[in-house]
Amino acid sequence: MIVFDKVSKRYANGREALANVSFNVNNGEMVFLTGRSGAGKSTVLKLMALLERPSRGAVLVGGRNTQTLKARHIAAFRRQVGVVFQDHKLLADRPVFDNVALPLAVAHTPLKDIDKRVRAALDQVGLLGKERLLPQELSVGEQQRVGIARAVVSKPPLLIADEPTGNLDPDLSMEVMRLFRRFADVGVTVVIATHDMHIVKEFGERVITLEDGRVHGDASDSLPRVVATR
Amino acid sequence: MTRHLQALLGSLGRLARSPLATLLTVFVIALALALPAALKVFVSNSQLATGDFAGAVDVSVYLKTDVPLGKAQQLAQAARRRADVADVTLIPADKGLEDFRTYSGFGDALAALKENPLPHVLHVRPKAQEGSPASLESLRRYFGAWPEVEVVQVDTEWVNRFNAMLDVLRRLLLIAAALLGIGVLAVIGNTIRLEIQSRRAEIEVTKLVGGSNAYVRRPFLYTGVLYGLAGALLAWAIVAIAVVVLASSVAKLAHLYGSQFTLRGLELADVGMLLGAGIVLGWLGAWISAARHLRSIEPRA
Repeated sequence: MIVFDKVSKRYANGREALANVSFNVNNGEMVFLTGRSGAGKSTVLKLMALLERPSRGAVLVGGRNTQTLKARHIAAFRRQVGVVFQDHKLLADRPVFDNVALPLAVAHTPLKDIDKRVRAALDQVGLLGKERLLPQELSVGEQQRVGIARAVVSKPPLLIADEPTGNLDPDLSMEVMRLFRRFADVGVTVVIATHDMHIVKEFGERVITLEDGRVHGDASDSLPRVVATR
Repeated sequence: MTRHLQALLGSLGRLARSPLATLLTVFVIALALALPAALKVFVSNSQLATGDFAGAVDVSVYLKTDVPLGKAQQLAQAARRRADVADVTLIPADKGLEDFRTYSGFGDALAALKENPLPHVLHVRPKAQEGSPASLESLRRYFGAWPEVEVVQVDTEWVNRFNAMLDVLRRLLLIAAALLGIGVLAVIGNTIRLEIQSRRAEIEVTKLVGGSNAYVRRPFLYTGVLYGLAGALLAWAIVAIAVVVLASSVAKLAHLYGSQFTLRGLELADVGMLLGAGIVLGWLGAWISAARHLRSIEPRA
């Protein structure tokens, strides 16, 4: 699903965020990306979502090289990637339904399908019945789950999340992570950046550790569950 | 189709949510469009009016002083047979002198003259529909060719001057329309720019979830078209009201000149052009602004 081949990323301000990073993520795999803040977790996710392009090396997502993708194909590419943010990036002036429906609307999904699929996505995150509420009428945990519903509503093959539990207490964090695992169980590739080592250990999935923009450890071999689900 | 309808309804809804700001913008656009439209009404009406007034112009044909009265009467008969002539009045030299004595106040001086210095004169009144400068000119040439004619005087100078003035006005209309059109582009472009800025977060998220540039641009284009169309409709109303307000005083003025002229409003073709200009300018202004400002908004994580 994802190939990082000797990827380096230097930002316009000269900061080198990634240096020679290589790893692969298979279809349906769930991967935690950890490391101290500034280690390059967010940059890796940005490269996957084509919010940035690599300075050197190649990033392949679903077989497409993000370096050579033409500008007019970027929108179609992004529809194949569901993104969850720490600050969830919901539109405050739109009800939950509209927020979740946005990825379907931009993909020109017929209206009656939109209704059905938005309800299904909200049902998956346990928010059915809250379609008409505005985001600020929900709790922080609920807002985060709306963000997840929006990321999965168009059934993208890749789901990436940047610190999705950053604002949540441990119980809610576990709940959100279990949600992600359910998507991985049905074949969605899930990449989650987090510094919450407690959760990472709890789940026992593959862990890629970044340090100063380099891969410091990749604990994929020691995890039987990944192998078992192949 | 439905997604265009959605974008259109969305734009309408947003405009309705801030009615005062929307009205002000529409009003500015309407004023900019109403000015050239009003100028067009003025030019068309002036054109119609000159056609009307030119019919009242007389052609004075002065015969040579040695032409006898009998010959003058023959010539008058011949002139009456022309299709573009409504009426010919012969003023014999004696009658002319008498009139001159009566009305000019030079009676005593004229008494000192041994013989009548005045020629016979034909007053030719062209038919109204033949009153254009060109047909007056052809009448002038027709009479000028007679050997008995000394000079033909046609009061076409003012018609020519007026037409030249109309020509200037017509160019002025073009310049005003071009400048104000650019003004409308700027107003709509700026309005769209502000709206893009205020909806920055929404645009970012939309692009993030895979909204294409066309998808993001669409509602702004509809907003621009709605502004342009609303401005054009209001401009039409402004011009129509102005015509109604002016109509009675213009009719009075025309009556004083012995004309049945009445002020006409915008013709159907003009209205079509006005609305079309509004729509095109709105779309173009929004497109330019959207192309410039949407590009700079890219999602950040």
